[in-house]
Amino acid sequence: MNSEISDAGGGLTLRRIREILDGEIICGEQFADSAVGSACGCDLMSDVLAFTRPGSVLLTGLTNSQVVRTAEMLDLKGIVFVRSKKPDERTVKMAEALQLVLILSPHPLYESCGRLYVSGLGGCQDVGRAGDTCHAEPDSAEPRHAELDSASRDDGETIRA
Amino acid sequence: MEVRNLDSAASLHYTFDVQGGDFGKAGDASSRVKRILQQIGAGPEIVRRVAVACYEAEMNVVIHAHKGKVTLDADLQRIAVTVEDEGPGIEDIDQAMTPGFSTAPDSVREMGFGAGMGLPNMKSCSSDLRIDSVKGVGTTVRMTFDNA
Repeated sequence: MNSEISDAGGGLTLRRIREILDGEIICGEQFADSAVGSACGCDLMSDVLAFTRPGSVLLTGLTNSQVVRTAEMLDLKGIVFVRSKKPDERTVKMAEALQLVLILSPHPLYESCGRLYVSGLGGCQDVGRAGDTCHAEPDSAEPRHAELDSASRDDGETIRA
Repeated sequence: MEVRNLDSAASLHYTFDVQGGDFGKAGDASSRVKRILQQIGAGPEIVRRVAVACYEAEMNVVIHAHKGKVTLDADLQRIAVTVEDEGPGIEDIDQAMTPGFSTAPDSVREMGFGAGMGLPNMKSCSSDLRIDSVKGVGTTVRMTFDNA
């Protein structure tokens, strides 16, 4: 394994990610020196929303505007569009406004992820720090059910910051 | 938009319209909600939880309903997001809460949604989730987020 990341961490810069992927930065060049500590490769945005750590880079085969919206909600730093699929102009403009770095990788999703992984960039679950995802606590394996009644249960409760 | 931090007595209330089927604007309301919470000085962790849950709920309106609205209420102790729509309603809420269950069409799945994780995501991001739905009328999702 040719990890470029020291044990002390620090991650890979988005510029280095572009190099590893033989890719092209199409948006956010001025932010490409910021580092990411983890990555997620996924085409299911709900899974991304559930499991991706803030500050990560997302690799995906989708190019619609919802990919950028998903990155926005999670405070991701960049998106890699695999197989060099380019998002439309409106989506790129949205990413520009959010100061996101967009990278085109000529490689398929699996190979793009693999190149970054062997360079030392881990996944969002690698560290096992669930508190770093958007969730307040690790999700239960059991599906939880909605409160169906409208009765007030704990509306009076306040929790201090 | 006014930029300020909430003082101890203040609360805020915003409402945003959501158009069913308009995937170009899907997420706009959640984006506004997120920016408002950042501007009032809410912490990044709770802002992310609210943003993710609100976005999932907003996407459900765009995917399934004719129209809807997102309402944000916030004070120092608690953030509440209510998403109500006029649409087909949810036939079986317990089933809809099961990870992986979805009635979304393939066109929505091709956009990366409709994987049956929306309601479970809302549940895990929020402190409390309540769903009221009437078949053929619409659905109201109420979420609260404790600031802790």
